[in-house]
Parts: sequence; C-alpha cells; structure tokens
Amino acid sequence: MKEFRELRRDRRTMAMIVFLPILLLVVFGYAANFEVADVTTAVLGPQADQAAANVLPTFDVVETDPDGTEQTATDLLQRNTADVAVLTGTQPTQVYVDGSALFSAQAAVSALNRLGDQVQVEILFNPDLKTSWVMVPGIVGLILMFVGTVVTSIGLVKERERGTLEQLAVMPIKPSTVILGKISPYFLLASLDMILVTVLGMLLFDVPFNGNVAAFALGAALFLFVVLGIGVFISTVSATVGQAIQTAFFFLLPQILLSGFIFPLDAIPWGVRWISYLLPLTYFTQISQGIMLRGAPIDSLWLPFLALTVMAVFVFAGAVLRFRRSLTPGKPRRHRHAKVAA
Amino acid sequence: MTFGAHEVSVRFGDLLALDRVTVDTDAGSLTAVVGGDGAGKSTLLRTVVGRVAPTSGRVLAPPPEQIGYQPSSGGTWPDLTVAENMDFVGGTYGLRGARLARRAAELTERAGLTAARDRLARDLSGGMRTKLGFCLAMLHEPTLLVLDEPSTGVDPVSRVELWRLLSEAAAAGTAVLLSTSYLDEAERATSVLVLEDGQTLLSGTPEEVVAGSPGVVVRTAAATRPEFAWRHADGFREWWPQAPDGGQPVEVDLEDVAIVASLTNHRGAS
Repeated sequence: MKEFRELRRDRRTMAMIVFLPILLLVVFGYAANFEVADVTTAVLGPQADQAAANVLPTFDVVETDPDGTEQTATDLLQRNTADVAVLTGTQPTQVYVDGSALFSAQAAVSALNRLGDQVQVEILFNPDLKTSWVMVPGIVGLILMFVGTVVTSIGLVKERERGTLEQLAVMPIKPSTVILGKISPYFLLASLDMILVTVLGMLLFDVPFNGNVAAFALGAALFLFVVLGIGVFISTVSATVGQAIQTAFFFLLPQILLSGFIFPLDAIPWGVRWISYLLPLTYFTQISQGIMLRGAPIDSLWLPFLALTVMAVFVFAGAVLRFRRSLTPGKPRRHRHAKVAA
Repeated sequence: MTFGAHEVSVRFGDLLALDRVTVDTDAGSLTAVVGGDGAGKSTLLRTVVGRVAPTSGRVLAPPPEQIGYQPSSGGTWPDLTVAENMDFVGGTYGLRGARLARRAAELTERAGLTAARDRLARDLSGGMRTKLGFCLAMLHEPTLLVLDEPSTGVDPVSRVELWRLLSEAAAAGTAVLLSTSYLDEAERATSVLVLEDGQTLLSGTPEEVVAGSPGVVVRTAAATRPEFAWRHADGFREWWPQAPDGGQPVEVDLEDVAIVASLTNHRGAS
C-alpha cells in the first residue's frame, strides 16, 4: 500500500508507467516497419510519360520530365526529390536508386530485380546499401541529443540541488552570464563529441562525407541549440537529478523511435508520422544523411534547416527565459541599495 | 550603516511567509534571526539579499558586489577543491592575481583550511565545508555578510570555530546577519529577532529581550500548568503571569524567554 501511495504522488513515474506502454504499442504496432510500400520515383527521358503510366506498384511517380538527363536524375536523387529516377530512352532503361534512403532503396532494388535485363540499376550514394552508412549520420544526432539534453539538464539540476545556483544568483553577475557559463561547456563538449563520432564513423565504417562541412556544422549547431534548450527546459521543471533523467527519457525515446533514425519515415503511417515532424532529430537526420552521404546542397535541405531554426529560436529562447526567471525572481518592490561609505 | 528589512511582508500564493517583519544590523554588529523550521528565517534572509521580492515593506541592502551570502546548503562547489572554490568565487567578485591569493591564503589560514587547500570540497567534513562556505562569503570583504543557518548540522567544536570567525568578521566592521535554530548561539549576537510562523515574536538585544519577558518562570518537580510548562534538566519550568505562592522563580535565559513567547502567543497570556 505504501508503494501505491508513493507511486500515486510521483506523477513522473506514473506518466512513465502509463505513457511508455502506449508509446511502445503505437510505435511497434504502427511505425515499426522497415518495408517501404511507396518509393518516390522520377521518370525522365523521351518516354517519360509512357513509362510513368506503367511503373510497378512499388513506385510512386512524383515527377516526370521528358527532357531529363542522367544529370537530372542524379540531381533529383541528391536533392531528395525522389528516391528512384528512371531514365528512359536508353536500352536497357537506366534506373538510379538513392542508397542513402536505405529501406526505399532495398524495396526498389527488390522490385527492379524482377524486371531482369529490362533495366540497368545503379545505386548512388551508398552502393553496397550498408546499414552503417545510414546509421552513422543518425548516431551523430543521437550523441548531440544525449549530451545536449541529458548531460546539460543533469549539470543544471545538480547546481540547483546543492544550492549553489542560489549563490550564483546572489553574486554580482548577470543572469545571462550565468546561463552562458553553464551552457557553453556543454555546447563545446557536444561539438567535440560530434566531430569524434563523425571522424570515427568515417574511419571505422568508411562512411563518406560528400557534402559541405560548413553546412553540416550549421545544421549541427542549430540542432544543438534545440537540444540544449530542451535540456535547460528539463532543468527548470526538475528538482532532482533523478527527475531530470526521467523527464529527459520522455523527450529522448520518441526521437529515437520516430525520427526516421531507425524506422524509415516513409514506412510510418501518417497517423503517427505527424509526430515525427515535431521532433528535431527528424530534421537533423535528414540534414546529416543528406550532406554526408548524398552531398546534398544546402538549398535542397531548406525545409529541415528552417524547421531546426524555428525550433532553435523558440525552444532555446523559451527555455533560457524560463531558466533566467529562476535566477531573477523579480525586483523587490521598493527595494533600494544603501549608499555605503567608502 | 544599517542594513536589513523594514516592515517586510512576503506572500507565496496563499501563504503569508513573512508578516511585517523588521530586522537590521549595523557595521560591526551581528544580528541573529532565530526560529524553528518554517518560521520564515530563510525567506527573510533571501529577501535581504534580493532573492525574494517582498510583497510590501522596504529592504535596505548594499549593492550585490558588497554582499557576502552563504545559503543554507553550504554554498560550496563539491567538485572543486578548496583553492578552486576560492578562485571561482574570487574571480566572480573581480579579485585576481596576488590580491586574490593573499586574501584566500589569509582566510584559509584563519579557518584552519590551509592543509586542505587541494582537497575537493565534497571530501571535507561538514564543519570544514561550512567554514569554506564562510570563507567564500567573506572572500571579497563584503559590507554585509548574510549566513543562512551556518551552524546547522555542524559539530560543537566546529561551531565554536565558526563563531570565532564570525566575531572576527564583525569586529572588522562587517555587518553580519545570520539565521540559526540554536538559542544559545543567538545569545552571543548583538541583537536577536525571534520569528514564529512568519511573525516577529521577540526582537532586541539579548539582554533587552530577556528583561522584557512578561510574568515569571518557576522551577517545579511536576508541571501544574502543563500548557505553560516545559521540561528542563531533571524537572520542569513553568510560566506564570504573576509569581505563584511557593514557586521558585528562576533567572531566565533567551531560550526560556523564547519558549514563553511562543507559548503565550499560541495559548494566550493567562
């Protein structure tokens, strides 16, 4: 009975007990699917319209371009407009597959194999369809998320738990300086972690880095602001380290399961997929996979960059303002400083 | 220069944490705020240092750079060494180089922490940690030193050492405002404020407070007025509005006076 009474009053644990089974049921019931039913396809070349009308059911034609060339096909895949590009007018028909969209590529290759010699398939960006090539860019995001959210919130909550945040608040330093001093080491550590994981991934698994390093760094920085913001927010609603870890769990688990990092977004039904588009890791994974594997130009990734920018502004600013409030409880009414004799 | 709070009230939602409380301390003097748990001691001190905004009343405090504050949690960074704690806090107050080194060495020497300079704060004993917290609060030579229950949970020997440091600070001209649950400590202060449920029960110098106590306290073997009696040594002490026949009046101390004030506050002076 004691345990039930305590549990009833521990709302976070109760939420975990109720929320977790529902989340796992929904995810593994609806979203845990590696099979992509509709592979986005562009049909190019002189017989584009005719070919588009006769594609296999696996392929969902999103673009046709009778004037399209091999270069057009590569560009469309690189910009993630389609996962497959069919170039007609050659014998046999040339089909380009985006290997960075691993599960779509596997579905496409499996369907195309049934056509035998009628098509010649070329897999771009991940020719051997290696899982590690797709996972490493996602793991970079996971590492950033772990340091930004879990480690940051623990660091801030520890300061509050041992009462030293109170002392910092009384010291003659601006709240913004306190916040900057608390957050910047985590920003730096997460950045170093990201570089380490990226380089190790390249060395150990031969993962390519085909894109612009600056664009990748910008995406990582934006993502880091979002996850640091989540970490700061968690610290403002947690009184103990245990509570912070518990709360962070609620933020981390959906991102791991629904961001497309493990299960392909294209295989998740829209009833659940909309949640994926609220999660920052979804957008960072799109950026990191796009830049590292496909060498995608930054303008083709405008949507994930925009989403992360909006999230960074709102989440980070909101969390920092909330944290700031705990440092400045408001000016006392009629408070005044006494003049002190030298 | 006098610092403190005048007629300060603090309300947290429905809870009136402080009700028109006045406290002050002058340069060179030491004011003790006494009370049990939930009396409002920490709220009053946090109001004086600017952490809590009063609902009404006036706070008189120097600018933040002239305040030294030790929160009830001790105010030390456990994963930093004694020297690193000093460097961090000193740097925050603008102390650098030789000046910081000299001041830190002087304080650690006086607090008996010189040998522990390189030990992590988390590895210090409770008494040593409290003294480190005091040193950190005193590092920048504040005009007003505010200490929230510095002696709670500290062994008697360390309490004596802490009070020596406090007395030295006051003697050097610092205005000291501290809270404590120990009435015997409060007797050593220049002035005392006794709080109960956010209200002032008693205030003044310890002598004034004792002299102003109403009625008479007698020693008895068995309590005849249990609602106004409390255990003391091997018998009881009992408060009466006037000396009862045959009672043995005793010389009251601050503890007796605070108990009488609390009992009469709750049960009426009859």
